[in-house]
Amino acid sequence: MSGPRFRHDEAVDFLVIGVGAAGGVMVKELSAAGYSVVGLEQGPYLRENDYSHDEIKYYFRPGLTNDPKTQPMLYRRGEKDPFKPFKAVEYGRQVGGGSVHFTGNYWRFHESDFHERSLFGEIPGTGFADWPIRYADLEPYYAKAERELGVSGLSGANPFEAPRSGPYPLPPMPAKSSGVLFERAAKKLGLHPYPAPVAILSQPYRGRPACSNCGMCEAFGCEMRAKSSTLVSVIPEAEKTGRCEIRPGSYVRKIEVDARGRAAGAIYYDASRREIFQRAKVVVVCANGAETPRLLLMSKSNRFPQGLANSNGLVGKYLMWDLGCFTCGLFEHPLNEYKGIQVTRLIHDYYRADPKRGFYGGGGIDARFDFQPASFALDGLPPDVPKWGAEYKKALATYFTHTMGLLSHATSLAMEKNRVELDPDVKDAWGLPAMRVTYDAHPDDMKSLAWLQDREAEILDAAGARKIWRMPIDDYGTNRHLMGTCRMGTDPKQSVVNAFGRTHDAPNLFLVDGSNFVTSARQQPTATIQALAYRTAEHLAGAARRGELG
Amino acid sequence: MGLSRRDWVFGSIGGAAWADVLAAAQHAHESAEARPTARLAVLDRATAADVEALAEQILPSGDGPGAREVGVIWFIDRALQTFDSDRRADYRDGMAEVRRVRVKLFPGSASVAALSDEQQKQLVRSIETTAFFGLLRQHTVLGFLGHPKYGGNRGQAGWKHIGFESRMAFEHPFGYYDARGRE
Repeated sequence: MSGPRFRHDEAVDFLVIGVGAAGGVMVKELSAAGYSVVGLEQGPYLRENDYSHDEIKYYFRPGLTNDPKTQPMLYRRGEKDPFKPFKAVEYGRQVGGGSVHFTGNYWRFHESDFHERSLFGEIPGTGFADWPIRYADLEPYYAKAERELGVSGLSGANPFEAPRSGPYPLPPMPAKSSGVLFERAAKKLGLHPYPAPVAILSQPYRGRPACSNCGMCEAFGCEMRAKSSTLVSVIPEAEKTGRCEIRPGSYVRKIEVDARGRAAGAIYYDASRREIFQRAKVVVVCANGAETPRLLLMSKSNRFPQGLANSNGLVGKYLMWDLGCFTCGLFEHPLNEYKGIQVTRLIHDYYRADPKRGFYGGGGIDARFDFQPASFALDGLPPDVPKWGAEYKKALATYFTHTMGLLSHATSLAMEKNRVELDPDVKDAWGLPAMRVTYDAHPDDMKSLAWLQDREAEILDAAGARKIWRMPIDDYGTNRHLMGTCRMGTDPKQSVVNAFGRTHDAPNLFLVDGSNFVTSARQQPTATIQALAYRTAEHLAGAARRGELG
Repeated sequence: MGLSRRDWVFGSIGGAAWADVLAAAQHAHESAEARPTARLAVLDRATAADVEALAEQILPSGDGPGAREVGVIWFIDRALQTFDSDRRADYRDGMAEVRRVRVKLFPGSASVAALSDEQQKQLVRSIETTAFFGLLRQHTVLGFLGHPKYGGNRGQAGWKHIGFESRMAFEHPFGYYDARGRE
């Protein structure tokens, strides 16, 4: 952590709230363009030595994520269900945000994802809609994100991928046993497996070393700096400009507006719970698809009594979930899937929604293990294995090294009733209203999951699995891909922000993160979140240069 | 943590910078230094003996060390002292219920630990669907397969049992099929 110290009472050019996957990009691009930037991050500023290979800390406790003990959260599935304490939403809570502990999967959206509503048709009772941008609008920024952050992959290997302006900056990671088995089986079935694009370095890149295959990507921080988080890639570059100050431990409670209805800055608690008002000319909220709407809803004023950017009441609505389904297979020989990165091969053959199936849906399927030792022992074994005793222990000795899984990343239709709100009673450790979440999947999403799970079982069978078991699909679990809630659009009555993330209510307030998403595509939102961040950053720098941001 | 000098001196990793692997491995090694066994901090000795007997039924010895030998009870006691201190009441209430079930099943028995192996199994079968058994099973597994710095998984015996190694670097191929895929 280095760089300038800006005064609170003098307006900086840009105040970025949330320094994660999007905010990290934002602080780098805006400071490099010559503007003063303060980044407020609620979590700590960590280094490689702060991480460890500690499954308990990162899988079973909120080592790098929001902690419900200090930030309580409530959840219900249906409108008539009572709200109950549950960690419905999980996000990375440190400088670098979710890009620090994510698995590293880095899919671009398909061209069809941006106008899928026009292609597929209306789905009654949903907010299924086209995006106000097309893939071509975002392509240069996908390319820039891959280049600036460091992404490994093989262009042209996926026949379903959208057009690319250039190759990945790094070659793909080699296939592990799950990848080899998956590739062989998928080809046998006439499918098109290809090397997974990942934000993990297959070779040294821009002063960072290649991945050492330790196997601790998902949920862990990378001790090698080989995972291309914003923390190790662009944030240090932002700080080198001398115009960017990152303030960890800063918990924002309100965005202030001035008499003209423009954002004036933000009030936050610093690490010692001192209340600070940082003034800014432009406020950019990158706090994720759950905390961004929460902050807007907390930012009530005389002018905006329903919360900021919420004149139409849509802030927090159309929340989408990272729905997926998982099927495991046991193989004759050891795979040792715990070594190396999580995913090395996948298919997009079933990605596109096909009306002939009789429902909306589809997904990408990847080969992975998705477990560490204890999580496997608790949740990974097939249902016919006893839960305790000598047989249980014996099974662990075989299954842990001989199991792989197939995970589908599927659709979550946007529906207005699925939402993030403020709880009227429960408060967090700072005395602020707790988040409460309502989410129930659309019946088509559930049909899609069941259909995809059949495809997973087919592939595992073709791969020669000795035994196949399906994990339940009716439990949505915790949502880690936070999408929707402040959707973009051209109509101020139907959306919260425009195509550049600018709120319809306040001209100098921008939202850039998963909250912008109009559809969920097939999950894996990080590449699109970061492409949107690069696009909006360029737009902001241009507008600032032209003196349009005041 | 499981990474000996030999591993990194004689290994070779494609593009990983050795200084980085080394620094990370050294850091991991330091944070995994064994702690001296402390006295029980939360559980009394009688309760600990009963909890340990139940944990041993979940992951018994034979076919390698079981819950008792890897120090699961130390893990549980430490968890209840630290990150799971809010589960103490669950243990108090849960073990009280275990006692009621035990006395009903085996009138005149003194403790779980004093039951025969078959009696303990019978006891577990009658509590295996309870929330408390779920918690105990989770803690037992974490004590068996979690990082040794928490007091369990002594000598990494749990990891050895399932075939897991915690290292800062691995080389391809990792398994049978990727090795075969290269031929």
